[in-house]
Order: sequence, then structure tokens, then C-alpha cells
Amino acid sequence: MIKVENLTKRYAGHTAIRDLSFEVGKGEIMGFLGPNGAGKSTTMRILSSFMPPTSGRASIAGFDIFEQSLQARARLGYMPENVPLYNDMRVNEYLNYRAALKGVPHRRIAERVGDVKELCGLREVEKKLIGTLSKGYRQRVGLADALVHEPELLILDEPTIGLDPNQIRQVRELIRNLGKQHTILLSTHILPEVEMTCSRVIIINRGRIEACDTPENLLGQIRTAGGVTVEARIGADDGVEALKKIRGVRDVVADGDGEWKVFTLRVEAEIDVREEVYRLAAQRGWTLRELSQRRATLEDVFVEITHPDVA
Amino acid sequence: MRKFFVLLSREIRSYFYSPIAYVVLVFFLVVSGVDFYFQISFMNQRPVSYSVQEAFFNSVFFWFAFVLIFPLITMRLFAEEFKLGTIEPLMTAPVRDWQVVLAKFFGALFFYIVLWVPTLLFFALFQAIAHQPAANSTGAYFGAYLMLLLLGMFYIAIGCFASVLTKNQIVAAIISFCTITLLFFLGLVQFILLDVSSTTRQLLGYFSAIEQMGTLSRGEIDTRPMVLYISGTILVLALTHQIFQSRKWRL
Repeated sequence: MIKVENLTKRYAGHTAIRDLSFEVGKGEIMGFLGPNGAGKSTTMRILSSFMPPTSGRASIAGFDIFEQSLQARARLGYMPENVPLYNDMRVNEYLNYRAALKGVPHRRIAERVGDVKELCGLREVEKKLIGTLSKGYRQRVGLADALVHEPELLILDEPTIGLDPNQIRQVRELIRNLGKQHTILLSTHILPEVEMTCSRVIIINRGRIEACDTPENLLGQIRTAGGVTVEARIGADDGVEALKKIRGVRDVVADGDGEWKVFTLRVEAEIDVREEVYRLAAQRGWTLRELSQRRATLEDVFVEITHPDVA
Repeated sequence: MRKFFVLLSREIRSYFYSPIAYVVLVFFLVVSGVDFYFQISFMNQRPVSYSVQEAFFNSVFFWFAFVLIFPLITMRLFAEEFKLGTIEPLMTAPVRDWQVVLAKFFGALFFYIVLWVPTLLFFALFQAIAHQPAANSTGAYFGAYLMLLLLGMFYIAIGCFASVLTKNQIVAAIISFCTITLLFFLGLVQFILLDVSSTTRQLLGYFSAIEQMGTLSRGEIDTRPMVLYISGTILVLALTHQIFQSRKWRL
């Protein structure tokens, strides 16, 4: 559905993205991750034909985004970051206008606008001025706009930014349902969201693709797999040094004052150090209160890839 | 073509969503109404050799209001879209750049025409009350309104151009106001030049909106201003389109 080859975008003075190449297949939900300023929005703006790349090419549903921009644009629904909307229009007016602009046939406009209002929960605000809507509703208007012409591809730039937890859950649910009929490329900061919704993930940093795989495979690849938490009363012992000597422990951080100390261990993948920790405690006469392992999350992958020195 | 009309209808409606439209309409009606009143009361005092209609379209008051309305009508056209970021959803929809430029131009032109419609009523009222014609001939009305349309097209195109240059509406208004005023007063320079027979004076006369209005509002349909303003409009709109297109390369 999306094919990107060697895409580069240079602004005056710096390069936003370099040599990006990836493909998104039909029906996939692709998550686009990266720290602020990594080039996510730039890539999405290029794909939606809002600006041309400096070099490289990309196509949507087989149409080149530069040479056959109109055909490509007709096949995608794009929701820009921060969702700019005409504040002086009413929700109904805006959606009707956008549907007509995107070439929905006259007799189908009412039906399509009704459908997307239902889908995005806009019924109760349909007669309101967009300028008076809350952030959450604006976001939904943007999403409804992206969907109104039944595009094959949805490009959503930070669809859940600025929403409250309930709204995030609703939007996530909505995206997962949309993924059944549409191909989706979405960027976000919220990592659990990606783990729950996306079939594949691209991690981009400083304009380059650092990783591109399914969330499960990415978790399998990283060196540090989650962590182990140990809470113990250790008396005068130096717990950090002792724990660091255990095979598979990469780093130990001690926390808490008084008798009880909490150690957070970063451990290598595929090694369970809990047995060794228990043995050490028994040997030294520590009193253990907690010994638990946390599974690695996409957050660990993200941190390891985008900040290798921290990991 | 359908997309152009969809865009055009939004442009026209957007004028009436914002309070600016009503402020401009009221301001313009008051100024032109006061002007009309003064012209008639002046003509009541002594015999004059021109008609009410000629007097109305050639007064200082009229030109003052005339030059002022263009920045107000056109400043928001592109600048507001750039500022709010709504240019992004607009240009990622399957529309061509020229459709957007022309829709904005014709939207503004439509509003400008709406502005002038009530002035027809002035003449109708005058004729109903005074029982004498307000103009020497029907052609005089045609000429005067034709001149308004021609000049309006050109100045609105300049306003579009100023608005596409910046994302700040005030800056757009200042650019278009200065350009329009300069162009307008270029035609007045000929009255200042002392050398009566100079070719400069004659040349500047060709650009004088006041002189052209004088001719057309008498009912003499001169093709020279038509060529000047229609080609000027096309040129400035083409430049606007170029700047609008180049925007994506400068992002």
C-alpha cells in the first residue's frame, strides 16, 4: 500500500530524514515511533503530498506521491498533528464540505457523513461550532474527516495526543476496528498503545530507521529484557556490589533509605536471575520482601534503540 | 470543476461566518450613503453640468472608501490558512493549487460585488423621489459598474498576492494597502506635473483610475482599461499561483 524508497528531506541547515525505505502492506497497522524531532511528522507530510521530498520516491496504492499526487491523495485520509480545523464552521458543515472536496458523490455525502459521525461519536456535537469543541472532540472531527471518503490508507499523526485516558482507549479501539478494512500508518509517543494495536513497528531516530519489525520480534531482539525488582533488608552489606556479581545482571540501581532497600536490576534477555538472587540472600542472611521480574516492554526497546548509552 | 465550486462556496460562506464581512458591509454602506447624500445636497445649491450618478462615482469620499476595502476583504484569504495550519488538510485533499487560488479570488470578488449591489438602490430611490433620471443614459450605469468590476478584479488579485506572501494577516493588509494606494496615486501624479504637454503625463494618464472612471461613468465604453485590468489581474493571479506552489518547496 505504501512504498517508500530512499526518502530524504533536507531543511535549510539540517536533514530531517535520511534515506528512509520501508513498505506497508495492505491491511497492516504500522506504528511509527521515535523521539520528538526524529522525522515522523516530516515523513507523514511527505507521504500525504503536503511537501515534496528532497530526494527519493514514495508511492501510495501504486501512485507516485509526486507525479500522480491527486490520485495518491484521493486514496488516503490524513489527520495532521494538532488537527487544524476551520473554527468558524459547524461540525456538520465541515464534514459535508470535506466529503464533497474529496470527491464523495453527491447522493452519498449524507450517508457517509452520517456514518463517520456515528463511528467517531460526533452525534451530540454535530451542530456545534468547531471553535467551541474540546480537544478530544476536535481530534474526533479530524479522524472523521480522514475517514469520510473511505480511503484505502489512513495516515494519523499522533491521533491520541492530548486526550484523556478514556478517550485514548476509545480511539485505540476505533483504530483497531478500522484496521480491519483500512491500512493504517500512525505515529505516537504512547508505547503501550503501539503494542496493543500495531501489527508492525518502525522506530525512527534522527531521521533514520533504527528498527522495523513486529512488536514481538523487537522484544525478542533486545539485549536487556525488562528487569528484576528486589526489596530486602540487608543490614550493613553492600547490596549493589553483591548483586552485580550475579551472571546476567547488567546494572543495579539501589533505592530507598532506612532498613529496607529496593534494587532494580537490568538483566540480559533469556537469563532468569531470580534463583541466584534468592541464593545470595539466603547466603548473606538478607530478609527478602519482594522478588519479581518485569517483562520487557516496547518502552525498553525504544529506550535501547534511541538512547543506547542509557540502556 | 466540481471541486472548484465546492471550494468557492466555502470561501463565500466563510465571509459571512466572520464578523469582518458585516463590519465591512456596514462601513461601506455608511460611507457610500453619506457620500451620496453630500453629492445631492451640493448639487441642490447650484446648477452643475454632471449627473448624480457621475458625481457619486467620482467623489473623493468614494475613492477613499474604495481603496480601503480591498485589504479588509483579502487579507485573510491565504494568511489565515497558513496561520491556523488549515492549509495542511486543504492541500492534502485531492485539489489542485490553481483551484484553490481561483476559488479564493472569485470568493473575494463575489463578496465585493455583494458590497456594491445596495448602491443600485440609491439611484432607484433618487429617481423615485426626485422624478428625474440619476444618470444621463443607461450606458453610464453600465460603464461605471464595469469600471468597478475591472478595478475590483485587479485590486483583489493584488490582495490575494499579498496574502499568499505571509501568514500574518496584518502584514498582508499592509502590503496590499500600500501597493493599491501607490498604484492608485500613480494616476494622480499627472495632476501634479506642471509640464502640460509631457509624454510622462500622458502615459501616467493611461493608468489613472480616476480618469478612466470619469470616462466610463459618462457612458463612454473605453476598451483600454479593460485590457489593462484584465491582463493585470491574470498576471497577478499567475504570480500568486506561483508563490502558492513554491510554498511547499520552502517548508
